[in-house]
Amino acid sequence: MPMTVGLFIPCYVNQFYPNAAIATLQLLQKLGVKVVYPPRQTCCGQPMANSGFEHLTQECNNLFLENFAEFDYIVAPSASCVLHVKDHLHSTEDPVKAERVRSKTYELVEFLTDVLKVDKLAAHFPHKVGIHQSCHGLRGLHLAQMSELNAAPFSKPVRLLNMVDGLELVSLERPDECCGFGGTFCVAEEAVSVKMGKDRVSDHVRHGAEYITSVDLSCLMHMEGILQRNKSAVKAVHIAEILNATR
Amino acid sequence: MADVLKNQPSASPLPDMSAFKGGNQDVVATYCEVFTGIGGKAFRVKSFAEIKHRIAEQFDTAQRIITSLPELSDSFERLSIDIDPHTFDDVDVAVIEAELAVAENGAVWLPEQRMGQRIVPYICQHLAVVIPAERIVPTLHEAYAKIGAGDYGFAAFIGGPSKTADIEQALVLGAHGPISMSVFVLGQGTTPNSVASY
Amino acid sequence: MEKVEKDHAALAEEFIKDEERVDWHDGALWWIRQKRDMAAKNIPEWEALREAASQIKNNVLSNLHDYLLEFEANVTKNGIKVHWAADAEEHNAIVYSILKEKGIEQMVKSKSMLTEECHLNEYLIERGIDVINSDLGEYIQQLDNEPPSHIVLPCIHKRKEEIGEIFHEHLGTEKGVSDPTTLTRFARRHLRNVFVTRRAALTGVNFAVAETGEYVVCTNEGNADMGAHLSEVQIASMGIEKIIPQKKHLGIFLRLLARSATGQPITIYSSHFKKPRKGQEMHLILVDMGRSRQLGRPDFRDSLKCIRCGSCMNTCPVYRKSGGLSYHNTVAGPIGAILAPNLDMRKHADLPFASTLCGSCSNVCPVKINIHEQLYKWRQVIVQEGYAANTKVLGIKAMAWTLSSPTSYSTIGKAGRWVLNNIPFAVNNKFNPWYRQRDMPDSPKESFGEWYAKHGKDEVK
Repeated sequence: MPMTVGLFIPCYVNQFYPNAAIATLQLLQKLGVKVVYPPRQTCCGQPMANSGFEHLTQECNNLFLENFAEFDYIVAPSASCVLHVKDHLHSTEDPVKAERVRSKTYELVEFLTDVLKVDKLAAHFPHKVGIHQSCHGLRGLHLAQMSELNAAPFSKPVRLLNMVDGLELVSLERPDECCGFGGTFCVAEEAVSVKMGKDRVSDHVRHGAEYITSVDLSCLMHMEGILQRNKSAVKAVHIAEILNATR
Repeated sequence: MADVLKNQPSASPLPDMSAFKGGNQDVVATYCEVFTGIGGKAFRVKSFAEIKHRIAEQFDTAQRIITSLPELSDSFERLSIDIDPHTFDDVDVAVIEAELAVAENGAVWLPEQRMGQRIVPYICQHLAVVIPAERIVPTLHEAYAKIGAGDYGFAAFIGGPSKTADIEQALVLGAHGPISMSVFVLGQGTTPNSVASY
Repeated sequence: MEKVEKDHAALAEEFIKDEERVDWHDGALWWIRQKRDMAAKNIPEWEALREAASQIKNNVLSNLHDYLLEFEANVTKNGIKVHWAADAEEHNAIVYSILKEKGIEQMVKSKSMLTEECHLNEYLIERGIDVINSDLGEYIQQLDNEPPSHIVLPCIHKRKEEIGEIFHEHLGTEKGVSDPTTLTRFARRHLRNVFVTRRAALTGVNFAVAETGEYVVCTNEGNADMGAHLSEVQIASMGIEKIIPQKKHLGIFLRLLARSATGQPITIYSSHFKKPRKGQEMHLILVDMGRSRQLGRPDFRDSLKCIRCGSCMNTCPVYRKSGGLSYHNTVAGPIGAILAPNLDMRKHADLPFASTLCGSCSNVCPVKINIHEQLYKWRQVIVQEGYAANTKVLGIKAMAWTLSSPTSYSTIGKAGRWVLNNIPFAVNNKFNPWYRQRDMPDSPKESFGEWYAKHGKDEVK
């Protein structure tokens, strides 16, 4: 019996990066998954919670539960939103339901790796690609091994990207330094945020990346803003679009 | 203190530390490698005669050289444990013996009885330490097991010449303590590949 | 010296203006982070050591009262006089009274962040006692009348040319001399004279062993010992959280401390003080200064496990690119941001927000403090206590309202895109902080929701 996945598309992805959402949908469908997009979804509540207003997020939580409780899995092309749901989705009314929903919510790469156990992809993307390790994806969801720990290396996104025909991964000087987006940090501490973004972008560009990819569009939006301001030819693209790319 | 009692959380047990220990590596070789890597000078010697020779080679014997070791006091000034410590201000080289040494970090352990006086290993311009090879242990875990509570008023691990990198992270050997440190590893030790005799 | 009340964002912005200096500062600290990594990877049991250290410190916090009593009893038995200070004022008064009693008017001090927190130097100098910081980095900062910017590397933010200028101005070195070895040798000779003439020395405490009543002071320069072993009166100041239960625990902490701080296997000197020298008087001051209050905060008490290694600062991209002085607190960086609000929530309300919550700090911390989680939790407290800026409150409430209603959400989202598409200058102007140095994202013709409504049920090719 094919599983049904509720597609959770973060607010800003919905508005500004529909192609990443479309790619996520199509990729899952190609892999035999029935995908439904609940139209009344809004947001996971992370921007408010990270600004100190977690106490205002119960309505967002309720709406999320209402929209997604029925699905076998909930998948989102956003590590930071998924992490927030896993850590902070609570319900005073129905904590059991909340716990169930938390445990079924996956970021796209971890869903492909851990649930679908994908080991090959019919994808073609003949370009040099730098992978930006979103902090929430890396240290929050453990999508790859972080450089801080003395522990065995692994990387779910790299494993998937290695299945893409023609793709060449560039190596970086600081593989997992934060890009500086950080939510409202990006405007509240604009100078530091931009400096951090410039440094990340420069690392990729110096090492020959034509595309910068990530599991988080917030990071990409921030780095893309810097790339475009500097009229760079380098583009930012969500990993779903690479994994869904064909000839 | 009443606040401390009121505010502290409920009991949390101490961990079992028995798994922490050194491996079976050649502790003497490791010690020398690590100590040299830090900027110290390590010599493997067979006798006190050899030590005297090395010291004369390395340092100006016209300068004031003091020692706590009876084996060396025919060549160098035997230091006094009662004298005002300020009088050591002009010491160029101090030669003392360590209680033990730690291979993983290149440090020697000196309870004050081994220093003669507390100030001695700090105030000299150059420090030289003798350590019998069989008293080198793999890690700090073995070291503290041997040290136990310790019968001293003062003791220290000393791991090389004094240093600072406070100015633009440029490493400078010789901050306020000695400018150089030499260790004389005496004998063969009890490692699997060597015979323990000297 | 009165500080202008600028928050972290404003101070950081000033620091970042000199991009060449920021790159240099950032690179220097990243290099130290890399040295830590190399040292950590050399120890196969590194993660187990961190876990053990974390558990030992958890045990300490859960039994702190009894450990402190045990420690005090053993220290006293060893012949060291114990004093208790609730706050900075009491601590400083105790130090002063010890010196006054002996008619001592000059003291040499080795590194103690606690005494920085207490502003001890200013207190003593006001009362006619000359204090010299003997750690080279702290000495440089003292000459320059500036606090240290990093708890381990006090003047990491200064170029050698600036330091050379400070030496020239205050110590009479030749103008233009900036070679680190030359400057260090000069300081060595100059401070040597301080060591041999001071009757009183004060040190900090890295670890205090309850079981044996001894304490350990870790330095690379040997300055703590040069002061202590020539002094008539030796004072040690420690925060009450520096306790460790048993002697053998030093094996764990000393294996972790220097490797975490600078990548060295051990500091050059790990001095274990137990009893006074013959003819010497030793004092130990145990200081609370907000620590017992922090102990009572379940979400934040783990910050007291800190062994002051500084690795969180070295790894934090915000710290590296904004400088320690932008945190306006003795202890800066990630650990400073979770300690400071406990000391003064109003003054330091900005610090938990000076972070992207990337989590790197928590994963280098040798005692596994969940720093990034505590930063998040402090944000909630600060907002609830009313210290968030008003504009932020209104903005967030509007956001919460929008995002809890699907209709208003899609309307406002559509409106946002319409504005971007049709009136770019309304958003792409200098009033929009995003826009200062970044382009806004391109505005697509339709949202995903709108696309899905039309094509969502189509067969995928």
